Amino acid sequence: MSLDVLKQLAEQFGRALLRTHSERGDDTAVIEAAAIRAVCLWLRDTPELAFDMLTDLTAVDYLEQGRRPRFEVVYHLYSLPRRHRVRLKVGVDDPAAEVDTVSDLWRNGNWLEREVWDLYGIKFRNHPDMRRILLYEAFEGHPLRKDYVKDRRQPLVRRPAGEIAAALGQRPAARRSLI
Amino acid sequence: MGLEFTTGRLADAINWARKYSLFQYPFVTACCGMEFMALWGPRFDVARFGAEFPRFSPRQADLLMVVGTVTERQAPVLKRIYEQICEPKWVVSFGVCASSGGFYQNYSTVPGIDHVIPVDVYIPGCPPQPEQVLDALIMLQQRIQDGRGWSQRQQQLEPSPRDPHTRPPQP
Amino acid sequence: MRDAKFARPLPPDADAPLPGRPALLGHGQQRNDGQELPTEEMVLNMGPSHPAMHGTVHLRLVLDGEKITSAGVSVGYLHRGFEKECEAHTWAENFPYTDRLNYVSPMLNNVGYALAVEKLLGVSAPARAQWIRMIVGELARLSDHLTYLGAQVMELGAFTPYFYVIKAREWVWDLLELVSGARLTHAYVRIGGVAADLPPDFAARTRETLERLSAVVEEFDRLITRNRIFMDRMQGVAVISADDAISHGWTGPCLRGSGVEYDVRKAHPYLFYDRVAFEIPIGANGDNMDRYLIRIEETRQSCAIIRQCLQQIEPGAIQLTDPRISLPTKAQAYNTIEGLINHFKLVVDGIEVPAGEVYSYTEAGNGELGFYLVADGSGRPVKCRCRPPCFMQMTALGHLLRGLNIADIIPTFDTLNMIGGECDR
Repeated sequence: MSLDVLKQLAEQFGRALLRTHSERGDDTAVIEAAAIRAVCLWLRDTPELAFDMLTDLTAVDYLEQGRRPRFEVVYHLYSLPRRHRVRLKVGVDDPAAEVDTVSDLWRNGNWLEREVWDLYGIKFRNHPDMRRILLYEAFEGHPLRKDYVKDRRQPLVRRPAGEIAAALGQRPAARRSLI
Repeated sequence: MGLEFTTGRLADAINWARKYSLFQYPFVTACCGMEFMALWGPRFDVARFGAEFPRFSPRQADLLMVVGTVTERQAPVLKRIYEQICEPKWVVSFGVCASSGGFYQNYSTVPGIDHVIPVDVYIPGCPPQPEQVLDALIMLQQRIQDGRGWSQRQQQLEPSPRDPHTRPPQP
Repeated sequence: MRDAKFARPLPPDADAPLPGRPALLGHGQQRNDGQELPTEEMVLNMGPSHPAMHGTVHLRLVLDGEKITSAGVSVGYLHRGFEKECEAHTWAENFPYTDRLNYVSPMLNNVGYALAVEKLLGVSAPARAQWIRMIVGELARLSDHLTYLGAQVMELGAFTPYFYVIKAREWVWDLLELVSGARLTHAYVRIGGVAADLPPDFAARTRETLERLSAVVEEFDRLITRNRIFMDRMQGVAVISADDAISHGWTGPCLRGSGVEYDVRKAHPYLFYDRVAFEIPIGANGDNMDRYLIRIEETRQSCAIIRQCLQQIEPGAIQLTDPRISLPTKAQAYNTIEGLINHFKLVVDGIEVPAGEVYSYTEAGNGELGFYLVADGSGRPVKCRCRPPCFMQMTALGHLLRGLNIADIIPTFDTLNMIGGECDR
């Protein structure tokens, strides 16, 4: 029953649909970036499909695989009345990676898109509140990009260097106070 | 019929009182909080050590329990809470994440809270067993009795104008 | 656009007056009608270190007296880089990281991750291993719901029932410790099976524990559910309609509280959930009380599932024997060169998972726990995304709190059961 979704997608969005596959039982459609909003809206509002839940929205960085475009934004949709799922993928490339927002179609899209912006640096056009969500504003870079070194920390606060050593060094050997 | 009396130092008496009335501020962030709940629970019963009652205002606490991973984003909060606690104060680092970052060695975690605030006792374990925590509490009580807590030592270093007994160390 | 379908419109900006209340006055302004004392807008910060915020959340509340006119929710204080760590480790090494996602029910995360990798590999664990996964998974669900119940009542001021459920949770942990060796972070499930078989007296001990545990839950139910204060603070508070909940991506007990019958165990059975009889409780009002009652009922259902599993489980292998997936036995690793090489390759290079991508989903304590994995044929994932159920629930917190009183924050936040490790990862 679920191949249906892909077939219907192909009928509706012939050219915007770049590839489809159903490996391991997961229906997947790769879509042109410009069409993602239209596809999502159509999937949500067509009564036979009724994808009323945005299960997940994330991105993948294919830098090490040398793929172009470098990023893929991945949407997982689920239909509670029909009990079927589909995965949509959209390729975006560096600099100025941008996709249209779906945060006005599903409410959790808002935070999920903020998370993708935070961790991957992919912007969402017309998003109402494109801020970092998991990290802090002072953070530079986007940590889940493959070229971000895993343990490159950007501390907000640290003790003064040498505080411990100085304190221990000055401590008189055997001296106690009343309080 | 001789006159019986004992002598002792006031500091020892005060420290003895302190070690049995630890008012803790639980700075609970992560997984270790589950074991921390168990510690309060009937089986392990931290009340036996006079440290059962959490104060949720740092101004009323003297023991800061840092339970769980502290991230770089959380670190300023931790530092601020530490600074709000009145002297003398003690810090227990509960679990490896708080002690060293544990197996989270990446962009977002602090590699041990001693990069941010001083720590008196470290508890290993991911999460530590409640028995380990009780052991750490006993260890901390011993340190308090001996006046070896970090903030106790700092107090000795800083001369108090009202107290002629505490003078800065002579060169 | 279908936005009109939402029961409540998305909130306009924070300054808009609530229906039925006069507009806020600015600082220093006075109302002339003499009807009401002048009110001033007040901003209150709650968290990120707050006693009732298990997990670390920061709420920025704009208040009109006791009423919340807008609530800004910021999460992320426990973002520990789960995905970055997973990408740096082999597939099998990631189990401890999954333990610490929803750290109240680590076994369920273990099971979810193992099923995802197995789906990617195209294998499935032996039958006994699957039964064991169900048993330990449901025990973890019990632990999750008991912790929720304890936290819920404790943060509403009832400290003693908290001790009751923590006592019962210790019994559950005892069982899990018996199986896995660890009280909380088990890392017990393996790709293609589980780490060790159940101990010989496990079934008897579990049955006996479930008896005692059920008694505690019933006692808790009698003690709390009909308590007047508790009911006042829970009933009719933070109501969310089914449409809203779905649009926010809610799953699990919270979605079922709004009357949507969706449980992955029933809708898309995995393991052997189609061979056990159990029911999905559903709420009618979508308020705090329903979300609480559902968790109470789910503990009973979990007990029933475990009893049925113990009846149906049969002896057999607990781990696949495929040398590309499973570690050799200790005897082989110590005594044969092939075993040693095999062990070495699996530990250092990791299980070679064929290239591809997969989304696998299970019912965890808070709802649909999904794993979206991308493999490139090496021993380490390209991408290991966890779909966090309580993150989705947190997206709705700001909307839920709008128009409530300050005192309603705590029960509402509690029923969403936000777990920092899972929400922020």
